[in-house]
Amino acid sequence: MPILPVTAERLFVQRNGRALLDVEKLTISGGGTTVLVGPNGAGKSLLLKVLAALHQADTGRVLWNGVPPDRQRYCRFGMVLQTPVLLRRSARANIEFALRAVGCNGSEARERAQSALEAARLLPLANASARVLSGGEMQCLALARALATEPDLLFLDEPTSSLDPASMQTIEAMVRSASKDGMRIVVIAHDLAQARRLGDEIIFMHRGKIVERAPTLPFFQSPGTEDARDFIAGKILV
Amino acid sequence: MKKTIASLVTGAALFLAAASFVPAYAGEFILLQSTTSTQNSGLYDHLLPIFEEKTGIEVRVVAVGTGQAIKNAGNCDGDLLLVHAKSAEDVFVAEGSGKQRRDMMYNDFVLVGPSSDPAAIKGLADINAALKQIAAAKAPFASRGDDSGTHKKEISLWKKAGVETVAHSGKWYRETGSGMGATLNAAVGMEAYVLTDRATWISFGNRAGHEILVEGDPDLFNQYGVVTIDPDHCPNIKSAAADRFVDWLLGPEGQAAIADYRLDGQQLFFPNAENGDS
Amino acid sequence: MQDFAASFFEAFRLVLGLNPGLLEIVWLSLKVSMTAVIIAAIVGLPIGAFLAVARFPGRGLLVVTITALMGLPPVVVGLVVYLLLSNAGALGPLQLLYTPTAMIIAQTILVVPIIAALAGQTLEDLNGEYRDQLMLYGLGSLARLRTLLWEGRYSLMTALLAGFGRAIAEVGAVIIVGGNINHVTRVMTTAIALETSKGNLALALGLGIILVILAILVNALVFLLRAAAERSAYA
Repeated sequence: MPILPVTAERLFVQRNGRALLDVEKLTISGGGTTVLVGPNGAGKSLLLKVLAALHQADTGRVLWNGVPPDRQRYCRFGMVLQTPVLLRRSARANIEFALRAVGCNGSEARERAQSALEAARLLPLANASARVLSGGEMQCLALARALATEPDLLFLDEPTSSLDPASMQTIEAMVRSASKDGMRIVVIAHDLAQARRLGDEIIFMHRGKIVERAPTLPFFQSPGTEDARDFIAGKILV
Repeated sequence: MKKTIASLVTGAALFLAAASFVPAYAGEFILLQSTTSTQNSGLYDHLLPIFEEKTGIEVRVVAVGTGQAIKNAGNCDGDLLLVHAKSAEDVFVAEGSGKQRRDMMYNDFVLVGPSSDPAAIKGLADINAALKQIAAAKAPFASRGDDSGTHKKEISLWKKAGVETVAHSGKWYRETGSGMGATLNAAVGMEAYVLTDRATWISFGNRAGHEILVEGDPDLFNQYGVVTIDPDHCPNIKSAAADRFVDWLLGPEGQAAIADYRLDGQQLFFPNAENGDS
Repeated sequence: MQDFAASFFEAFRLVLGLNPGLLEIVWLSLKVSMTAVIIAAIVGLPIGAFLAVARFPGRGLLVVTITALMGLPPVVVGLVVYLLLSNAGALGPLQLLYTPTAMIIAQTILVVPIIAALAGQTLEDLNGEYRDQLMLYGLGSLARLRTLLWEGRYSLMTALLAGFGRAIAEVGAVIIVGGNINHVTRVMTTAIALETSKGNLALALGLGIILVILAILVNALVFLLRAAAERSAYA
């Protein structure tokens, strides 16, 4: 059962009377990379969690290919959380665990973990404890783990925040290559330059709402709203 | 979830069942509910190996206060009762829990106290007078306060002396609510007088400055009795093996073994089975 | 001070002389308390895990109750188990009173709340960190719990050791249900109680010193095992 298209209708999440998420309608389908941008607190992470069925919206619904999300289809879905959660095992074992969770048998998991480590240039650290890696290595490992299961849809929540340029380059290359192979990717970017580099289209969020959704080039050249213009210009939005 | 918990609990139960079979005691044994003095004085370490050697029956001793021992035996948690409170033993038989009570041996109680002896009772031959003096001097007195044989004896002695201890409880009259050993430790710690059986005192290791002050009064006589349990009341008990032990204890061999037991050269218990059959 | 010196002397004398009586009660102490901790872990860890992840009305009350039960008085537990196992009690026909099994039952009851409460806390913290990631693996609630238990295994060791410490050190319960029968149910703590009641304070304290050393050895052993396991996990 496929996961795409992912659709959301009338999503609303509020806390203490403040709307954290208020999305009338959203569809993620086709291919390419969508970059979510917007000021802190715009609801980007929450939107991804609600679409991923990790968080239940107060009202509205999320559908994966027309039916509510179910546990089985997580095997077609990958996500790297903002702070990657790595199991207390070796880097290799982390990837193998993910592969076995999607139904790979032992030898298949070993082989695919090996190639995932190679692709992420993590082989030298394969047997190191995942919890003692550097921030960049952890992000790389979390991405490699998500990619190893070859999901149809991949969510990345600021995968390069506070990383050194070299790690950032590795991660962006991995994302681009996955996108080229046909994986549907939605990535939250804090850095507009990164949004330009990775995105086929941009979704701009502000105060829990999707303010604008447009292909990358038009979005940056002629944003359709005042808020988007100010955001691109580097002004502080409140 | 439910199923897993159920299977875990089952597993634990099986484990428990298996664990209970592990201990390596296969031979026949009986359970003796006993007063503490016979245990603490080392008498059982002397007697039981002789009996076990002869009959192959192991005697397991649960040493608690006389009150608790009678209670436990009444719950059928023992095959035999060995205590020192004749009236309570008689009640135990009369109520139907016990089958037969017989005298086994005796020793005596002694009044122990600090060598400073604030009530000046040292050397008195009369326990009655000694207790009256303690009460008059309001000198600290440590009582078992635990319904044990020694406690029952002590209460009867106070009664005879005409002293109402209840009124003084918590003042100079201090109830420890503990076994003989713990009470002796407490008495030593607070320089108090205390009534104890001679066997426990002789074998007691923490006498500090305490010594025997009053002894030899006929009122201080301490009779130990052995009571068989009525199998009609407790169908599970091992009557036959318990009877063998009683026969041996009260017979010439057991009685001689009791008389043989000495600590620091002193005889602790005096067999008197022939005299006391009732 | 003289008493303390004498106690250490007694402790050394007992240990160096490899006193067979001492070995017997040390072995029984370890056997009873370790068995109790193993059973308590089998029962308590799932309870803790369940409390950590489940949300249901009355959960707070249950957590408070279990946490409070960490302070169960051993004497009370001993008394309850005695009443159950007594020939006059509901489980009398099992003939378990005054056996090591009775002692294991009593200690298990004492240790379960400790393991459940400490494990519950550990796993709740861990679940806060892991929940989303484990959901993303598509794991069912049981598989998630299993993963949490495995991920928290080193912290959970501390809960088990706390339980072991409680079990090996308590005297109130085992003396009632075990009866302190020589060669059958006499363990370190009941032997200490007995020697104290005989006024052999130095010997009692000597046994106490050995008990403490024993507890340190068990903890050190677990510490070493854990270090070795961590090494081999990443070798």
